Amino acid sequence: MYQFNYLRPKSLDEARKLFESNGDAKFIAGGQTLIPTLKQRLAQPTALIDLGAIGGLAGIKVAGGAVVIGAGAKHNDVATSADVLKAIPALAHLASHIGDPAVRHLGTLGGSIANNDPAADYPAAVLGLGAEIKTTSRTIKADDFFTGMFETALEDGEIITEITFPVPEKAAYMKFPNPASRYAMVGVFVAKTKGGVRVAVTGAASSVFRERTMEAALAKSFTPDAVANIKVAAGNLNSDLHGTAEYRAHLVTVMAKRAVAAAH
Amino acid sequence: MPGVSMTVNGKAVTGEVEARTLLVHFLRENLRLTGTHVGCDTSQCGACVVHLNGKAVKSCTLLALQAEGSQVTTIKGLAKNGHLHPVQAAFKEHHGLQCGFCTPGMIMTAVDMIRRIPDLDETIIRQQLEGNLCRCTGYQNIVKAIHAASLEMKGARA
Repeated sequence: MYQFNYLRPKSLDEARKLFESNGDAKFIAGGQTLIPTLKQRLAQPTALIDLGAIGGLAGIKVAGGAVVIGAGAKHNDVATSADVLKAIPALAHLASHIGDPAVRHLGTLGGSIANNDPAADYPAAVLGLGAEIKTTSRTIKADDFFTGMFETALEDGEIITEITFPVPEKAAYMKFPNPASRYAMVGVFVAKTKGGVRVAVTGAASSVFRERTMEAALAKSFTPDAVANIKVAAGNLNSDLHGTAEYRAHLVTVMAKRAVAAAH
Repeated sequence: MPGVSMTVNGKAVTGEVEARTLLVHFLRENLRLTGTHVGCDTSQCGACVVHLNGKAVKSCTLLALQAEGSQVTTIKGLAKNGHLHPVQAAFKEHHGLQCGFCTPGMIMTAVDMIRRIPDLDETIIRQQLEGNLCRCTGYQNIVKAIHAASLEMKGARA
């Protein structure tokens, strides 16, 4: 790792001020992606501003037909929360399959979506459930949040504070993990919500996206058969040593079918 | 250099570290607690697993400064008064190690999973070991040892 200064603010206000006065600073939450990135010298921040000592960022509550989760909530806390298991079991299931148990004890919801790794799991839930992302300055809809590979609508110095997930009628997440890294080769989050059916796909392209053809088909009939014959366009999907774009396109249909069958 | 204070294996410790010093290096080099190993250094192998405030974490993926004020337990803190922890004893009994390099992390992960999950079976144990690699591929006896320890510890609690 290159050298950096380490700062540990006690409040969001202090964190923002430190960000403004520290040149090329980065926020760190659980660090489960950022520290490996720094070790490979893929980033060279002048300072790391640790959000871990700021209180009140890790709560989980159910309110007004939604589950509201603090950005600092650890994956394991979401996976085992009685409230989440009851209200949106698909979200708890998703969280329980991120990384491994030790990673889930440190990695956070806010950190995952702020990073927007193309193969991360949480972005699929945030987009699939039509969540809202509350930050230190505004509220951003999931549809406007994920803007590209490792890119989001967050501005410099803006910190995610909580995410509101509307409770769906039913939902499920199915992923095909890469056998070595366990990251999603393809992960599909399907949700039947009051506002319609949403299908979010991660791992397949440069950023999470909605598969609208499947949403339209499932709106007519929420059954695995409704998506079984939908061929996803491979044009914008990733090709790498793990699989071709065509292979990933095929996996999207398979995972969507399984997710619809599992939705409850 | 910044100072850091934490409680390691029940003892209050302080030290001076660079901001970029990983917890595992603070444990091994400053405190000479070399039971905790560095295997891959890329968050994958789990040889460096310790408990941070009672939860298993990879100490190669955490800055020492992030652990400021925390309670840390390493493999060196498990045995009490010369008696092996039941998980350590089970690894010995069931030959849950070959070269032994992954063992500290395997045992710390095992203690954590036994604490979190009341009824472990072989499938769950294997899933829970997802973040720990054994290059001797000795998983069979590792799984057997964890299962035996979980039953014994449940018996002791009952």
